[in-house]
Amino acid sequence: MSKYTEDDLQKELETKEYKYGFYTDIKSDTFPVGLNEEVVIAISKKKEEPEWMTKWRLESFRYWKEMIEPEWANVHYQKPDFQAISYYSAPNSKPKYDSLDEVDPELLETFKKLGISIDEQKKLAGVAVDIVMDSVSVATTFKKTLAEKGIIFCSISEAIKEHPELVKKYLGTVVPQRDNFYAALNSAVFSDGSFCYIPKGVRCPMELSTYFRINQAGTGQFERTLVIADEGSYVSYLEGCTAPSRDENQLHAAVVELIALDNAEIKYSTVQNWYPGNKEGKGGVYNFVTKRGLCEKNAKISWTQVETGSAVTWKYPSCILKGDNSIGEFYSIAVTNNFQQADTGTKMIHLGKNTRSTIISKGISAGQSQNSYRGLVQISPRAENARNFSQCDSLLMGNKCGAHTFPYIETKNKTAKIEHEATTSKIGEDQIFYCNQRGIDTEKAIALIVNGFSKEVLNKLPMEFAVEAQKLLEISLEGSVG
Amino acid sequence: MSLKDKLVSSYLAFEDYIDADSHIHEIRNKAIKTFENSGFPSKKDEAWKYTSLNAIIKEDYCIFPKKENTVEFKEVKKYFLHEIDTYKIVFIDGVYNSFLSETTHDKVDVCLMSSALSKPKYKAVVENYFNKAAKEDSLTSLNTAFAKEGAYIFIPKHREVEKPIEIINFATGNEAALLLQPRNLIVAEENAHVQIIERHQSLTENAVFTNSVTEIFAEKNSSIDYYKVQNDNQSASLIDNTFISQKDGSNVSVHTFSFGGKLIRNNLNFYQKGERVNSTLKGITIIEDKQHVDHSTLVNHIEPNCESHQDYKGIFAGNSTGVFNGRIIVEKEAQKTDAFQQNNNILIDDKATINSKPQLEIFADDVKCSHGCTIGQLDEEAMFYLQTRGVRKKEAQALLMFAFASNVLESVKIHELKARITKLIAKKIGVNLGFNL
Repeated sequence: MSKYTEDDLQKELETKEYKYGFYTDIKSDTFPVGLNEEVVIAISKKKEEPEWMTKWRLESFRYWKEMIEPEWANVHYQKPDFQAISYYSAPNSKPKYDSLDEVDPELLETFKKLGISIDEQKKLAGVAVDIVMDSVSVATTFKKTLAEKGIIFCSISEAIKEHPELVKKYLGTVVPQRDNFYAALNSAVFSDGSFCYIPKGVRCPMELSTYFRINQAGTGQFERTLVIADEGSYVSYLEGCTAPSRDENQLHAAVVELIALDNAEIKYSTVQNWYPGNKEGKGGVYNFVTKRGLCEKNAKISWTQVETGSAVTWKYPSCILKGDNSIGEFYSIAVTNNFQQADTGTKMIHLGKNTRSTIISKGISAGQSQNSYRGLVQISPRAENARNFSQCDSLLMGNKCGAHTFPYIETKNKTAKIEHEATTSKIGEDQIFYCNQRGIDTEKAIALIVNGFSKEVLNKLPMEFAVEAQKLLEISLEGSVG
Repeated sequence: MSLKDKLVSSYLAFEDYIDADSHIHEIRNKAIKTFENSGFPSKKDEAWKYTSLNAIIKEDYCIFPKKENTVEFKEVKKYFLHEIDTYKIVFIDGVYNSFLSETTHDKVDVCLMSSALSKPKYKAVVENYFNKAAKEDSLTSLNTAFAKEGAYIFIPKHREVEKPIEIINFATGNEAALLLQPRNLIVAEENAHVQIIERHQSLTENAVFTNSVTEIFAEKNSSIDYYKVQNDNQSASLIDNTFISQKDGSNVSVHTFSFGGKLIRNNLNFYQKGERVNSTLKGITIIEDKQHVDHSTLVNHIEPNCESHQDYKGIFAGNSTGVFNGRIIVEKEAQKTDAFQQNNNILIDDKATINSKPQLEIFADDVKCSHGCTIGQLDEEAMFYLQTRGVRKKEAQALLMFAFASNVLESVKIHELKARITKLIAKKIGVNLGFNL
């Protein structure tokens, strides 16, 4: 291996290309299955990355090899075979387009099915969409408006090429390469993702949004998102996911890093409705995500998530409250139905003085699903006057599902004030009876009650998302009424 | 030689001088194997994440004290609830002391584990209950392997024990470091009622490590009140494993008062194996210096229509560490469960630490489960109010602390014990209170 040079690689790639054919009608080149150093180098090469990036990936890969898959989460699943996944797949219609007309019509058709009309989005309340289809971004709108303000919003591979100084400075600072098994894997093989930089004192005029989806059979998706809000800036970022039906399990191990410098604010909202598997619990997406934000002085990071999809979810958007007076927030709705399993929650690490955090988590479990909240609130000895409020409510439908709460509270400072409360309940028969009386059928009544139950979180979502999320809740709980 | 190896090898010697033919022997053999395989728990075990035994198990403990020790009653009178008449089961360095004890066989059995294990007339009860509720974790197994002495209390149907029973374990410190493993068995048959106070007390500064196991069986409609007073020297460590199995309509409450000791770990496990069961778990922890108290509770709701209430208050000063690890499991048959768990903590000093982990695992839908956990300080406004009225700061603090702990104290049913604990709290906080609670 030591003698393996880039030239050798170049040759190898040339011979390998297209050898494995196409999967779908959209031309896309996909790597052969399996993972080794060559594949990592090849991904990096493919994306025309500078050398430091290749090194960084290789370093991550070496860490990953040493690591063992974690088992502590309250989920059970068939472990993915990491050698049976293809680590790179990109829509092949290159080069990038200047206008939508040039985009592969079939791709546009898929988006339409998903209800994301780019044309409409363009006109709609100022949402710039960076669409990620099988890892490579193919359309970016409103880029110009953003550019005027000095905001950088592009794919991460573009950022690596165009703004290496920013990427180099911040990539891996919040989620280090060796943070955990999936983060290390992601660092080694991430295919693409979004990059966002808001300059000093700029308030981003529109909601930034990315749509992710998985299209290629057997392709793991490894997104990497990096959002940097410079001093005094503000940004609201939306992330939405949909995935078409697939029978085999798909792995998704994304890493999201948020950096809020002094006085900055980041609002990160997610709606996730990936394929949860069918009613027998067959198929569905594995969602093992590492999301973390770092708050400097007076900064604020707010996570809002609506999790309705995926067969297995393993996700803990966290805040490191490093700077004094910084604020972390976490609002979450997790719905599980049929055989879905979710182990989700947050970590609030209080390091600075007068730091505050709020956790509101709503879990709804139906069918034979398992829904767990797992959270950590840690107050370090130096975090004077830290304040935390946590509330975890669970709603159970039927006696085949489970709702679990595992909060960890660690306090090493006497001035800390922490409150945690959790409740578990079911939808009252009297509530349903009341609705029935007024001509609302049981299914609708449940939707109504669930909406009320999740309102605190839904309210935190930006308008467009809130509507979508509400619909999602209804769809996910369809047929859960016995 | 590590303590684990020492224990495993001394089991062979232990086998020689106990009755190896008894049916208990098989249980012992199995238990020592479990311990041998798993060893002492380490911080890598999720249940022991916040409590390390390393400092405790590195001592060279004497496992079988060589001679029988005695103490004068007047030296230890203060550890008894001497204001009222009680039954007493007293052990000195793990050996039963008949002089200090007051046992009975009159209608109820308040006597010794050693006789229960060896005498034929107890055989049926022992076969029915011994080691039937205990979990097979490593420390419980260690105790089971060496189980030979402790309290044996059997209350037959429709009996009420007319006075409280005190179980006291003294350590004289004649050995430099002593390992004690008392094993208690308490059975309350249908409609029986009993009140028990348990205490571990070492009389010198020599190291004592107690790994105690208590099994409690509450049959139909029985009622048991159990009080644990943990106010030992700061050279003594205690691991208290208590397993409670409850049948229909029974009512069991356990109060734990942790003020003393170097390291205390309370593994309190409730198994609700009948309907309409009521379980109460309450505790007050007030510690300082480098003390470490870990409450690890489990309430397993197995049958429908049951209730459980947990209320743990903690006040932590100095370098002390408090851990609360509460687990409620509601099985899918356990509909209409009402489970409540509360853990409130106050940190007094900068270096004190609290780790709290209240967990709910729920598999049934028609239940009412909630838990709450708070960490905070004494209310500044309340402090100010008291001070403006001429109450000194220290007293004001004490008043507020009493108020904070009062709803746990209130439910203590033995008046004299309540008064005793109030005094202990006052002493611990360092004030002389001119009022009675």
